[in-house]
Amino acid sequence: MITSTTAGLTLAGILFTLGLISILIRRNIIFMLVSVEIMLNAAGLAFVVAASRWGQPEGQVMFMFILAMAAAEVSVGLALILQLYHQLKTLDSDEASRMRG
Amino acid sequence: MQWIYLIPALPFLGALILVLFSRAIGKTGVSLIGCGSVGIAALITLIAGGQFIGGGWQQFTLPLWNWLSIGDFNIGITLHLDALSLAFTFVITFVGFLIHLYSTGYMADDPDYARFFACMNLFVGSMLMLVLADNLLLLYLGWEGVGLCSYLLIGFWYKDPANGAAARKAFIVTRVGDTAMAIALFLLVQHTGSLQLSTILARATQLWAQGDPTVTLIAFLLLGGAVGKSAQLPLQTWLPDAMAGPTPVSALIHAATMVTAGVYLIARTNILFILAPAAQATVAIVGAVTLILAGCSAFVQTDIKRVLAYSTISQIGYMFLALGVGAWSAAVFHFITHAFFKALLFMGAGAVIVALHHEQDMFRMGGLRKSLPGVFWVFLTGAASLVAIPFISAGFYSKDQIVWLAWSSANGNIGYWLVAIIGAFITAMYTFRMVFLVFFGEEKTHVHHPPGRSMMIPLYILAVCSTFAGFIELPHTLGHITMLSDLLRPVLPSVPLQFESTGLEWVSQGVAALLSFLGIYIIWRSLYIPFPVGLKEFWKNGWGFDMAYDRIFVRPFVLLARWNRRDMVDKLYTGLAGLTRSFHRAMSATQSGVLRWYIMGIVMGAVLILSVIIWRQYVV
Amino acid sequence: MGPAFYIAAAVAVISTLMVITRYNIMHALLYLIVSLLSIAVVFYLYGAPFMAALEVIIYAGAIMVLIIFFVMMLNLGPQTAGEERMWLQPRIWIGPSILCAALLLELGYLILQPAHATGDIHVVDPKTVGKTLFGPYILAVELAGMLLMAGIVGAYHLGRQKKKITHRFLERTSS
Repeated sequence: MITSTTAGLTLAGILFTLGLISILIRRNIIFMLVSVEIMLNAAGLAFVVAASRWGQPEGQVMFMFILAMAAAEVSVGLALILQLYHQLKTLDSDEASRMRG
Repeated sequence: MQWIYLIPALPFLGALILVLFSRAIGKTGVSLIGCGSVGIAALITLIAGGQFIGGGWQQFTLPLWNWLSIGDFNIGITLHLDALSLAFTFVITFVGFLIHLYSTGYMADDPDYARFFACMNLFVGSMLMLVLADNLLLLYLGWEGVGLCSYLLIGFWYKDPANGAAARKAFIVTRVGDTAMAIALFLLVQHTGSLQLSTILARATQLWAQGDPTVTLIAFLLLGGAVGKSAQLPLQTWLPDAMAGPTPVSALIHAATMVTAGVYLIARTNILFILAPAAQATVAIVGAVTLILAGCSAFVQTDIKRVLAYSTISQIGYMFLALGVGAWSAAVFHFITHAFFKALLFMGAGAVIVALHHEQDMFRMGGLRKSLPGVFWVFLTGAASLVAIPFISAGFYSKDQIVWLAWSSANGNIGYWLVAIIGAFITAMYTFRMVFLVFFGEEKTHVHHPPGRSMMIPLYILAVCSTFAGFIELPHTLGHITMLSDLLRPVLPSVPLQFESTGLEWVSQGVAALLSFLGIYIIWRSLYIPFPVGLKEFWKNGWGFDMAYDRIFVRPFVLLARWNRRDMVDKLYTGLAGLTRSFHRAMSATQSGVLRWYIMGIVMGAVLILSVIIWRQYVV
Repeated sequence: MGPAFYIAAAVAVISTLMVITRYNIMHALLYLIVSLLSIAVVFYLYGAPFMAALEVIIYAGAIMVLIIFFVMMLNLGPQTAGEERMWLQPRIWIGPSILCAALLLELGYLILQPAHATGDIHVVDPKTVGKTLFGPYILAVELAGMLLMAGIVGAYHLGRQKKKITHRFLERTSS
């Protein structure tokens, strides 16, 4: 039986899974960053749905924090990608695997 | 008396100096320090002995410092001087000094001159520690110290692998006895709560009744230690091989001092043996059997030093027989005279060996009476003492005391007496066989360089000693002087006699003397005794003990070792290590650096955790 | 739930699907903006109008624009799309997709458990959110501020163009 809460949470789950698939199958590092954004957004959606379910503001507060975090993450991430691109001349994340166990 | 600590300290100091500064002080310095340290120790012993006898035979204990202290269990580095340790100390320092002096001549051309004297000094120090120890742990320290020095000196010419093997054999075989002794010490600590000799001996009589199983066990274990050190049956096999060492070593360690440590140990713990009649009887039986077996072996040897080695085993057998029948002071008396005449014989043999350019086979010697007259006379003196020629030799007084007490003491019987008499007969035969082979007949090897003064002077002194040392104790039949047994009375109980008969004592002495002369006569008539060749071979190889031990212990052990060459137990650990390594390889394969694999891992983990949660919460 | 939700949800899911299947990164980003906007609608429907506004302004407006500018700066042309096409073979994406589908199934199973769920949607007005944010969560707000500050500094530091920074390990193989 589908209530508004379950519908919202299911949507969040679907979006999250899509982001996860994307991050798993993409080699382009910008795509991976974008996938992370999708996943963060899905998590935020779950928070907002929960906030409306209980009628409490905490969920929305959390969403705002996620927002701030996402902004910081994107800025630092993009800077890192920039450096990586200058070093490797490619955006392939597998190229960055220099670790040899 | 405060300075008796110098007696063991000086040889130790000498050894230390020789080890550290042998290059700097030169050969003369090495000789001076090597002999000097022991010589001064001998002087101090003489002074201490004088004070001891002058001061009313008061036992003296000198605590130096505390060794270890656990609760109220205290072990101190404490020296203890009483008549018994004085007698041993005197022999060790005096004979030790003479042998050191002799060594300066004997070892003169050896490149490892300083190492030799360092080991010898260390040995003398350890041996003094052994006899002066106040507690059994310190005694054990000295005991192991002399074992170590014995090992080092038997293998002194280590470049020949045979010498190394002989050293190892001596070390390992004595270790068997030492293990038994260590267990005895543990038992003593457990039962008496102390290793202090005086405490143990005082408590033993309160703790245990006569023949108590515990004290019997302890006595048997102590006997095991003594048997190992003193080369008695069944651990006697190492001593003949120990002749691989330089001759002064054989004289000092394997004749005069170390091998008698077992006698000292049993005499020192006499109360335990009195409380355990079974163990004491075993001591006597071991001694009796050993003296016959070793005598027979000595009779067929060709190597002059091996004859003397078997003779030493046999003579220590006499001491054990004396201990076994409760004639404690007789054993100590024989120890003293034996130290003199056996050191004399060994060093005489050494002089012969050097003169003939390291020839040890008696059948290649002969006729040395003329070319080495000095050596001949002192060797004859020693031989006379060993054979116990009546009246004029020290050996006569000490050995005949044992022979007589083997019968007349409370624990003795006629069987022991017979064995002792037969032993005397065999002794006479093998001793004079040696004398005749070496000094009589025609010359077979030419004398290269006759022994120098530094070798002859100790021989002369010892010759005098082995003639006159017997007069400190004369039997009832001849003057009845009891200097030594009186001196030892506070330490060693006097022997209880089952009967006293001057007439029978005369008979005993007469028979012993007659048999000795008979033995000499037989050998004089015919050097070749027609025994079956197989029997001779059997005796020569020490009654097959070596072969038996090789079959029973050595070979199975070697087999086991070979079988376990890859180390079974280690398999477990290498297996564990291999397993860990393969895990490591599997794990490190996941650390590929490919970011997506890591995320995959996270996802898999999430799926797994969620599955578990669902399973636990909703399905089950 | 009204049809508005379903339409918005469908748009969100479809556009997200388009995001993850595009080869050209600019197309993917534009679809992502669509997805974010539709989620903003969902937020509005769930009684969080302020969050909807923030979603549009910050996510769609700021973050996405940042990424788009970045992509434009790197000047990633059609050859990148070709690479993407080459990389995105079915054998690469089928395994992870199945795994993620399993995860989604489990999540859905958990979500759809019969809890005492109500159909009501409570509207939480921005005033309450603001009061909570600057009331009990003031410390977290400060921390978020510090995080943003660190982000700025870090991004500046990392993004600075020195003459030529070549890591000594990478230099060996790349040169």
